[in-house]
Amino acid sequence: MYTQALDSPAAAAADAHERDRLERFQERIDRDEKIEPKDWMPEAYRQTLIRQIAQHAHSEIVGMLPEGNWITRAPSLRRKAVLIAKVQDEGGHGMYLYSAAETLGVSRGQLIEQLLSGRAKYSSIFNYPTLTWADIGAIGWLVDGAAIMNQIPLCRCSYGPYARAMVRICKEESFHQRQGYEIMLTLSRGSAAQRAMAQDALNRWWWPSLMMFGPSDAHSVHTAQSMRWKIKRFSNDELRQKFIDVTVPQAEFLGLAVPDPDLRWDESAQHYVPGPIDWSEFHAVLKGEGPCNRERLEARRAAHETGRWVREAAAAFAEKHQEPLRAAQAG
Amino acid sequence: MSAASESVRPEPSAEERFEYVLRLADTSLVAGQRLAELLGHGPTLEEDLALGNMSLDLIGQARLLLALAGRIEGHGRDEDALAFLRDAPDFRNVALAEQPNGDFGETLVRQCLLDAWQLESYECLTGSSDRELADIAHKAVKECRYHWRFSSGWLARLGDGTEESHARVSAALESLWRFTDELLTPDALDARMAVCGIGPAPALIRERWETRMAAALAQAKLERPAHQHYPWHGKRGVHTEHLGHLLAEMQFVPRAYPGATW
Repeated sequence: MYTQALDSPAAAAADAHERDRLERFQERIDRDEKIEPKDWMPEAYRQTLIRQIAQHAHSEIVGMLPEGNWITRAPSLRRKAVLIAKVQDEGGHGMYLYSAAETLGVSRGQLIEQLLSGRAKYSSIFNYPTLTWADIGAIGWLVDGAAIMNQIPLCRCSYGPYARAMVRICKEESFHQRQGYEIMLTLSRGSAAQRAMAQDALNRWWWPSLMMFGPSDAHSVHTAQSMRWKIKRFSNDELRQKFIDVTVPQAEFLGLAVPDPDLRWDESAQHYVPGPIDWSEFHAVLKGEGPCNRERLEARRAAHETGRWVREAAAAFAEKHQEPLRAAQAG
Repeated sequence: MSAASESVRPEPSAEERFEYVLRLADTSLVAGQRLAELLGHGPTLEEDLALGNMSLDLIGQARLLLALAGRIEGHGRDEDALAFLRDAPDFRNVALAEQPNGDFGETLVRQCLLDAWQLESYECLTGSSDRELADIAHKAVKECRYHWRFSSGWLARLGDGTEESHARVSAALESLWRFTDELLTPDALDARMAVCGIGPAPALIRERWETRMAAALAQAKLERPAHQHYPWHGKRGVHTEHLGHLLAEMQFVPRAYPGATW
């Protein structure tokens, strides 16, 4: 009884204090102030950001694999050099993003462990295979194009370190998108076999690219709260529509057919209207049943496992070579 | 290199210059291609990116050198014709460069042995009487300095790290040491290019390479393997079995679609 009697006013005061803090937090967001690592933030805001930034970082790292698949077979030395630089950029994006996530109180090691154990998600698009050189063009054009649509608004995200990382990432992504389109342009102006290769790549990457924006708004669990917190600024469907409107004319310029028999131009809405998306495929890939889910995770695990003795050696070396210093300091 | 000595210096033929530039070009190309295989699979993200950087530098060097070789040859072959449409016996890289990546220790040892040789070679080539080659060497030497710092730093970490890393890197050194003789033993073309003031004096390269390597091995607490003499002749187009496979992969697209532009 006593404890209850004592606790109630304290709990009520704590509740009021909490409500007050939440309100002040939301006011800062509404004023478009940036939230910085040392600022107070609601736990759910922190967790949402960790989940989203980590997912993004993992996508960059896993995303190195499908394109890395063509580095050794790039058809010219210039293409090889550009592709190496691009895949390296992706690794670099992974690094800044892991660092941004670390400002929220989680370590890169923990996040990588979540990826390797299969608990963390990454973009499903990287579970599709790269079967011909044209796929490298299609990834740059469509996948990086879709990524840019998603990411440009994140440069204005309410969390400072994430927003700043995204500014740099978006600059590099737009270069990636251009090089992808340029590969497609070269193929579409090339021989019949090259044009067929470009069309085949578009056929395979079109729908998965549309799915990159996530489920439709009606089925998206995270959208509303993320919009309120300005972690997200446009809904999945709005961004997908924007991507379709930009990309369809680009396909026409290439002389390639978008693989959607229902696609039509709606004159009154001034938008392209696509046919229905097969969400069962999206959910299957998300569940781990995509064409390369197993291979991608195995490749990451293999790199981690075969690198273990190297990391241990580096740690042992650092330890040994600090010792004389420590002894000198102690003396 | 005074004007007086240049006036009596012999001039190499275009064929000799072409062959010589190809040795440098193909060594960079093949080593760059090997490192490119690793991108996305490194032991840490930082190492992944560093290996990618080195691959990119090496392929950049190869592009400049192949373009130069094509101009010297004068038959209209550009960097891609030379990279993608020659078969293994026409490649002039040292055999060390084509050795497979193996584990990180083997990759590192291969790079270390090669980086020291490329660094000393390009350092000397900055003073080459061939202006175009000297210009390329000025760019390459800066890159090679970084490559050496990376590979010799890792040689020390692995050699003086754990028991396992010491054992692995010692085994790699033992296995790859036999290819170092080719780096340091001049053939007639190396000697001729030195006399012409284009290439470095082979004795100088050997001496500097030995000094550099001895210091790196000592720092890494690694034993220098016993001399293993086998006359590898990658520089003259006689390669190990590995090069054919590397080229089959690298050249597949341009060969499957002859005449296409990419």
